[in-house]
Amino acid sequence: MSDASLHSTPITGAAAGEPDLRDYFALLKPRVMTLVVFTALVGLVVAPVPVHPFVAAVSILFIAVGGGAAGALNMWWDADIDAKMRRTERRPVPSGRVSPGEALGLGLALSGISVVMLGLASNIAAGLFLAFTIFFYAVIYTMWLKRWTPQNIVIGGAAGAFPPAVGWVAATGGLSLEPVLLFLTVFLWTPPHFWALALFVKSDYADAGVPMLTVTHGPDSTRRHIIAYAVILAIPALAIAATPIGGPVYLISALALNAAFIRGAWIVSRRSTAVAEADHFAAEKGLFKLSLYYLFLQFGALLIDASLRSAGLLPAWGWL
Amino acid sequence: MIRAEHELHRRRRGRNFGVGALLLGFAAIVFGLSVVKITNLGPTEGFDHVARPQLEMRADDPDAGNGG
Repeated sequence: MSDASLHSTPITGAAAGEPDLRDYFALLKPRVMTLVVFTALVGLVVAPVPVHPFVAAVSILFIAVGGGAAGALNMWWDADIDAKMRRTERRPVPSGRVSPGEALGLGLALSGISVVMLGLASNIAAGLFLAFTIFFYAVIYTMWLKRWTPQNIVIGGAAGAFPPAVGWVAATGGLSLEPVLLFLTVFLWTPPHFWALALFVKSDYADAGVPMLTVTHGPDSTRRHIIAYAVILAIPALAIAATPIGGPVYLISALALNAAFIRGAWIVSRRSTAVAEADHFAAEKGLFKLSLYYLFLQFGALLIDASLRSAGLLPAWGWL
Repeated sequence: MIRAEHELHRRRRGRNFGVGALLLGFAAIVFGLSVVKITNLGPTEGFDHVARPQLEMRADDPDAGNGG
């Protein structure tokens, strides 16, 4: 649930001072919500406990609403720095379409509704886990780490890594090795994904005074961090293939995608800023794009294996 | 004096209809969830103020008094 996005929030055309529903929806960071919905869906579907389709849909909906609530609280708190960055200056609060109080009220209300509804739809543990996720993103990441340490995106990225585990808990009521590996995959994927973006939009963070790694340690250190994380990321990503939720489709996908991601990160790590500027950060933009495919394809492969398993086309799998 | 059709109503019509749709959707979700939860509970007996011999302890039942 990082702020990573190439796209700024679209202007809705609402008259100044008169927000419409799209402005409130934009507060929920719909692009980030797609990641939350998808990873939570995967966590819920691959869990070994069957869930009624309606309960599953409602659970995913309220996990998404909880993610959106955390986004609204983030926009309320960060309105000052959002106004200084080109990528975020058109968001509802810094642009003046929605007042900070409205963003806070919406974030708190949706937090309460989503936690209670997820608890009622699935189980109390999932509701409490979602509450912790919202707290982690809104308080630990947004209010504390983001402006304090260049490791902000590393620790804050955990908030975006919780949804697949929340989906798993919604289905099973407990945790095991598989959701931990799903969490670690998204957790270790977030920094190189975000730093690849920060390499070609770094001036924005410098203007806003956010201690992004590219600002505090420079692009060369950031490039080394990217390759280190890409290599470590491959460990949980490939370990998933050895658990009962893995399968042949996931194994092949994970091998190919991790090899491609490490290769892309290696290329980025070997480049200097001068070389990158000469070709308009082509490799960095390519790695950022690849990181999006990496997560969606890898988690999509888990869904395919789960479908094959439920259709009886896949024998028992897993060594861990 | 409150007019039935204020300028504010026209200006916020879209938003009000949107909020109305969201509330209806929420009510539908709660209703649907209730139906699913109740129909998936399995056989259920409600207390109906009628003596049910099958629930009374029998003297020859070795589990009687042990929660069995």
